[in-house]
Amino acid sequence: MHELSLAENILQQIEDTAATQTFHRVKTVWLEIGQLACVEQESLRFFFAVVTEDSIARQAKLEIIGIAGQAMCQECNRTFPIAAYYEACPHCGSDALQITNGDEMRIRELEVE
Amino acid sequence: MCTTCGCGIGQTRINGKTVQLRRHAGTALRYRPTQSDHAHTHEQAPSSVTDLPVPGTIDFGAGIAGTHAPGMSQTRMVKIERDILAKNNQYADENRRYLAERGIFALNLVSSPGSGKTTLLVKTIDMLRDRFPVAVIEGDQQTDHDAARIRATGVPALQINTGKGCHLDAHMIGQALQQLSLRNNSLLFIENVGNLVCPSGFDLGEAHKVVILSVTEGEDKPLKYPDMFHAADLMLLNKCDLLPYLSFDVGQAIAYAQRVHPGLPVLQISATQGGGMPEWIDWIIAGCRRAAAISQTAQPHDS
Repeated sequence: MHELSLAENILQQIEDTAATQTFHRVKTVWLEIGQLACVEQESLRFFFAVVTEDSIARQAKLEIIGIAGQAMCQECNRTFPIAAYYEACPHCGSDALQITNGDEMRIRELEVE
Repeated sequence: MCTTCGCGIGQTRINGKTVQLRRHAGTALRYRPTQSDHAHTHEQAPSSVTDLPVPGTIDFGAGIAGTHAPGMSQTRMVKIERDILAKNNQYADENRRYLAERGIFALNLVSSPGSGKTTLLVKTIDMLRDRFPVAVIEGDQQTDHDAARIRATGVPALQINTGKGCHLDAHMIGQALQQLSLRNNSLLFIENVGNLVCPSGFDLGEAHKVVILSVTEGEDKPLKYPDMFHAADLMLLNKCDLLPYLSFDVGQAIAYAQRVHPGLPVLQISATQGGGMPEWIDWIIAGCRRAAAISQTAQPHDS
């Protein structure tokens, strides 16, 4: 996906938060990125460093917490881990899966001072 | 600027006019002064526990959120717990509300470059213009060639140039909606930038994403670019008139798409020869009627 745009969105939310909760420096940013989310982590790290230059999040550490992909089979109702959208149910072979975890892209919290 | 997908900032244009970037629209941001702004030097103080781990103090170095004890140092934790694209999704919700109130059925057409989106749009407009007011928002990195092709059909078209950007976002669409002044119960097509990757994650406030795959591409594209096929509500398999000259396996392509998105409806069409177009038109008409019916229930006084 568009990691530059994601990095800008992250910075924007940091700046919005800084306006309401007084802090002058962001030291660490924790993200939760699902395994199925269309995010290239190295690219996101690169662009995060670029867009946060001259901001309150300058040189902030980016901690990415991976969220494993999980799906529920709509045929046999079992839940299991998946690594890609095109995987089939390992139990009954059905393609009718509902993603239950792993497609999120969230900012969890900030360490600030 | 972007070495991954060619995207960048500051070059977005709507009908040739520069668009103000969101970040700079509000009040001034408080930046931390850079070192070079100081003519004098400060005595270096330990700025954080992370920088200078001291035995007996709390170890922040593990880097796992939740291990911190707020109040034990100058640093503190601020919970955010929001989607990275929360801002875009807010704009998308506003667009969706705007469209719903007016009974406007909006479709976001996505595909790789060259799948025939604009030709499909021109043909679709020809078949629908007598039934509904139609308008088009065109997204391209550069030029207004596509908007010009749409305007030649007689319907209003607004061109968004994303500059180096590789997708449309909900904020751009919100600005375009203000300029278009769409009629009630009309049909809006948004032709996204030709790109099978980036537009998938950006909700624009549309009713449906429609992904177009042409038979001159590989049948395994749904597996290679699963996010877009996962996000779409309808797949159009275009240029089907060329099938006799190609080795494209239609059944395999549909199977791949439905493996990524179980139950994804697929229509086989040829925009240039007209094959399958009536089914596509029926699908749109059904959507327009739904949108109009919902807006009337919600606002019986608004005709």
